[in-house]
Amino acid sequence: MNWDRFFDIPSDLQHSWFGLIGLHLREALLPVLAGLVISLPLAQLCVRFRWLYPPVLWVTTVLYAVPSLAFFVLLIDYTGQTELTVMIPLTVYSLVVLVPAIVDGVRTVPQETLAAAKAMGFGPVRRYVQVQLPIAVPAIIAGLRVATVSSISLVSVGALIGNQGALGNMINDANIYNRPELALNAVLTMAVLAILADGALVAVRLLLTPWMPRRTSRRTTRKADRPDPAAAALEDAVR
Amino acid sequence: MNLFHFISDFFSNGAHWQGYDGIPTRVGEHIQYTVQALGIAALIALPVGLVTGHYGRGGNALAFIAVAGRALPTFGLLVLMTLLVGFGMVNVMTPLVILAVPPILVTTYEAMQSVDPSPVDAARGMGMGEFGVLFQVEVPAALPLILSGLRSAAIQIVSTATIAAYVALGGLGRYIVDGLYQRNYEKVVGGATLVAGLALVTLAIFWAAGRFAVSPGVRRRA
Amino acid sequence: MIRIDSVTKRYPDGTVAVDRLSLEIPDRSITVLVGPSGCGKTTTLRMINRMVEPSEGTILLDGVDIQQQPVNTLRRSMGYVIQNAGLFQHRTILDNIATVPRMLGWGKEKSRARARELMERVGLDGALAKRYPYQLSGGQQQRVGVARALAADPPVLLMDEPFSAVDPVVRKGLQDELLRIQEELGKTIVFVTHDIDEAVKLGTMVAVMRTGGHLAQFAPPAELLSHPADAFVEDFLGADRGIRRLSFFPAAGLELLTAPVVPIDATAEQIAAHDTTDAPYLLVTDPDGKPLGWSEPQDLTAGDIKAEELLPCGRPFVPGTDSLRAALDCAVLSPTGWAVAVDADGGRVTGVVSQQTIAEAIRGAHAEGREDDGRPEGPADMKVAG
Repeated sequence: MNWDRFFDIPSDLQHSWFGLIGLHLREALLPVLAGLVISLPLAQLCVRFRWLYPPVLWVTTVLYAVPSLAFFVLLIDYTGQTELTVMIPLTVYSLVVLVPAIVDGVRTVPQETLAAAKAMGFGPVRRYVQVQLPIAVPAIIAGLRVATVSSISLVSVGALIGNQGALGNMINDANIYNRPELALNAVLTMAVLAILADGALVAVRLLLTPWMPRRTSRRTTRKADRPDPAAAALEDAVR
Repeated sequence: MNLFHFISDFFSNGAHWQGYDGIPTRVGEHIQYTVQALGIAALIALPVGLVTGHYGRGGNALAFIAVAGRALPTFGLLVLMTLLVGFGMVNVMTPLVILAVPPILVTTYEAMQSVDPSPVDAARGMGMGEFGVLFQVEVPAALPLILSGLRSAAIQIVSTATIAAYVALGGLGRYIVDGLYQRNYEKVVGGATLVAGLALVTLAIFWAAGRFAVSPGVRRRA
Repeated sequence: MIRIDSVTKRYPDGTVAVDRLSLEIPDRSITVLVGPSGCGKTTTLRMINRMVEPSEGTILLDGVDIQQQPVNTLRRSMGYVIQNAGLFQHRTILDNIATVPRMLGWGKEKSRARARELMERVGLDGALAKRYPYQLSGGQQQRVGVARALAADPPVLLMDEPFSAVDPVVRKGLQDELLRIQEELGKTIVFVTHDIDEAVKLGTMVAVMRTGGHLAQFAPPAELLSHPADAFVEDFLGADRGIRRLSFFPAAGLELLTAPVVPIDATAEQIAAHDTTDAPYLLVTDPDGKPLGWSEPQDLTAGDIKAEELLPCGRPFVPGTDSLRAALDCAVLSPTGWAVAVDADGGRVTGVVSQQTIAEAIRGAHAEGREDDGRPEGPADMKVAG
């Protein structure tokens, strides 16, 4: 490993290190955002029409099982060797995590709370926006955390379809030029980006949910204030 | 282009069914990678998740380990290890295990935490030892969630084990990687279909394991 | 006998749950620990089977410090029943009950046979044996909890608010069942509750505890109701402790009048013979002697008495088994102010009694109670149902 050349980015990547980071974040985060925009109404439909939820889960899960590389290759015919080819599969993958997270989050809103809101004269839209959604925030954020972190990691595979992997392209170059320090740089940078993004989402949740209990000390009270109520449901998302 | 056309072409080609690059060989390799990686990950994550969940401590540390594990890019890790260590199974196993540990760890911990505390209290009050409390009371109740964590890890491994082909190993990724370089979509589609099929088989196996291992008294409540 | 000797429980953060508590729990009887939440009653109970270790003081079981034996041996020798039962959801009812025998190394068949026996004892249908806990009602689950605690026939039974999570009707059934089982088995039971009515109903001795883990009073329930130690106990007992105390005086001594009772086929002479200065109303019975209703004598026409025109007589009481409280309750609820007494087996009228007579009996009973002052065993130690 040649530490002196740790930040020496090969010119064929056509970007500086910071440029690659920007590119990487765009390729990783836009799909998650798109996933959120699609999954909010989709999840609401699944909550409204219960029969819709199992088929939606099955379809997203089967799509999730398709390896990202295969997905990329199949899309080249339609979208070419572009960023879009990488971002479409990532959007689909994020749905697998986000839809169940939002559905479970919205469903955990106690019936009494909804009944109380209804009794106070909240219409369906206000009930959704002002009651269900805020209470589901912890679950949604938990879903976003998993989706964001795995999206940041998966972008790098795009390197295999004509250098569409941002920081992942460094990995490809490391392989071609036999420069392990480049691969190490890419891995560490991606890991740090993922951890920072995760931390930012935690901060957002703390800002959005001042009503959630912060600390859990005694085992007997653990059920009331688990840090991430949706975490288990999330791991369960990939059925 | 027609997806189903590719699929039927791929599977009806007799040459794809034999030899070292035949479907049975590649499926076998893929299963071998999956079972190995899942086994190692479970060996690491299950005991840690069970013990931390049992004592209700270390949740924050676990959450951090899980995030860190997820944050390490599998593909990058694979290439980095290959450059540093040379070709071999360790390079493939390490990223796959790192991929599989977080879901098993987090779910097992959560599963243990969500066990109703009153039977645990009753068991201790009756004079059951810690070992008995863990394996006779907590684990049976937490089993559905623990299995779902393992299942989620297994699916992710099945899908990701394809990267082994990038560093000259076998498995179903072979068809995808070779197909990519040969511009042979039939191969890519065939490989992807096999991986998705294997994922469905994995789901079925875990469903059956749940029927077999989880007590009806627990299954009904889950 | 369980002896709690100046036991203190102090938590690391400085809170004192139990403060120098001393208590002698008599054998083969129910001792109830009662008090508001945070009074340390559950902590006290959990120190007996070492689920909580005391900071200071000792607990002796039959004269031996409970620290002397291995903790799990100690716990297996004591039954433990908790709120919500705490059943193992993954095991059948039968296997839940057989848990402790299995731990003690009994064979599978022997343990299950024992479990079946206990299901019957606690009033559970044998058909439930193969069911899982989720298939049972709350009351049934709690019965399973009691059966599980009794499975290895432990001499001591610790019960931590076992009946607080079920509805009042089911709770009453469970309480009666516990008293019945206790009559048969004679266990040493320590019972924690926050419900003073439950304490008075079940306890042979009642320990009232107050916030901070202090013992406020330790006495039989009748004495507790008649002589609360201080304002706290009095307040905790509630406003109607006087009425409740009447549960401890039998109605057997009440003087019953038979004159104002006439059968439905009474003759004009029988009706006319009635002296209205004694009782202004007549109770009409059916030919078997069961009560039908009240009427003023002038409204009755011999040979043409219609049961549906009579004033309702309400619920009667049974002098042999009911208390003064039940008799008074009947009188208060009766539209005429008179209570109807019937015999236990046939429900036939044995006489009627006025509120005034009951009030005199109450005054008499209280006077008797005062004479007994200073004796540890209070008046009417024998408890009367109702």
